[in-house]
Amino acid sequence: MATVTTDLRRLGEVKAPAGFADRVMAQLGMTDSYALFGTVLGPVFVAWNRRGVSAAMRCETAAEFENWFHENVGRLLVRVEPPADLSARINAQLAGTKRLQFDLRGLSPFAQDVLRKTLQIPRGQVRPYGWVAREIGHPAAVRAVGTALAHNPIPYFIPCHRVIRGDGVIGNYSGGGPEAKKSILTMEGVELPRLQKLAQSGLRYEGVKSTRIFCFPTCYHGRHANPANFVYFHDEAEARLAGYRPCKDCRPAVA
Amino acid sequence: MEATDRVFEQLVLDHQDRIYALALALTGNRHDAEDVAQDTFIRAYKAMSTYPPERIRDLKQRAWLHRIAVNVVRNRVRGVRPRLVELNGSEPDHATGPEEDVLRKSEIDELASRVACLPAKYREAVVLRHVQDLSYAEVAEALGQPVGTVKANVHRGLKILRGENNGDRDD
Repeated sequence: MATVTTDLRRLGEVKAPAGFADRVMAQLGMTDSYALFGTVLGPVFVAWNRRGVSAAMRCETAAEFENWFHENVGRLLVRVEPPADLSARINAQLAGTKRLQFDLRGLSPFAQDVLRKTLQIPRGQVRPYGWVAREIGHPAAVRAVGTALAHNPIPYFIPCHRVIRGDGVIGNYSGGGPEAKKSILTMEGVELPRLQKLAQSGLRYEGVKSTRIFCFPTCYHGRHANPANFVYFHDEAEARLAGYRPCKDCRPAVA
Repeated sequence: MEATDRVFEQLVLDHQDRIYALALALTGNRHDAEDVAQDTFIRAYKAMSTYPPERIRDLKQRAWLHRIAVNVVRNRVRGVRPRLVELNGSEPDHATGPEEDVLRKSEIDELASRVACLPAKYREAVVLRHVQDLSYAEVAEALGQPVGTVKANVHRGLKILRGENNGDRDD
């Protein structure tokens, strides 16, 4: 008599299989997977989910990456074998040939705006913090831009290294310090010595006499102009006074 | 991470064992049990993401999840008979716990498949009352049936499990 109900109660003590919660979360895109990928930057831990790449960091150990992810993103994280297709897409993203999807959930709308704008800075170019602030419609929030970039969960991929100080100082870098920032920029083709020499003289913009357009010094346009035609300006007012208009591509000032 | 996601994550961690046990008792095999339990939480998440914060806070999670799970099983087994035989489990499983020392995994599976052979209305009542240990009132709530009906169904279901169903007519 009692045995059937006793047995039934034991049936109720069955435990969910190992990894059950993770599989539920994965189905809902709430678990992130991660793996170590070999890239042009060396080995990088990358986390992703169904919405896109969610985090990346160069860490010594997997445990260090997991801790960093836990503190900065907070979702469940599961280590997997690196998928071959993702590996190819990661390297294409770093080479600037293809765009990955990113998952920026959990960041403030402001931080998301900053990171999406930063994504638009072309490889081989740099922009000041103030440019990002102005472009996203918060021209006074220059320091807040710096903070948002310092907490970029996907450095290298979202190129926060392409944002430097207006006075030419490279600034700090969450993805491995100023030296790492310099070496990544150099790898991308930014001529840092030239840039810093200009910045030291207080020259922010580069104009081309023949077109009467002024750009940020790393802008693609005007790169092939005759060097004799280059002219440099300290600020926007000086450039405009000389009859130059801002480049519509790198947008050193509102046109 | 959004607030709902945090609440949901905790909900899964808190209830996964009970909902899985419920699904195993209702479906009779571990493969379907995993599917049902996963569907239950996925539906719960979708429902929760449409609820205002007060409703999420005041949710009686246990009763709510049981109700969803019963509906998931009802919807999927409509026209599908539960599998009677489970090939020996190759699915990942927790390390043997104390309950499995008493009643080994194969015995649990055997019992689960016997329960799964009960007619649906007896099975739901018996499982919620005796496997999940809900009160009659809670079972009635989860099944949307009167308490008297639940009691009768539990009684008849137990009788069948004890092999005493001779002469018990279903009317």
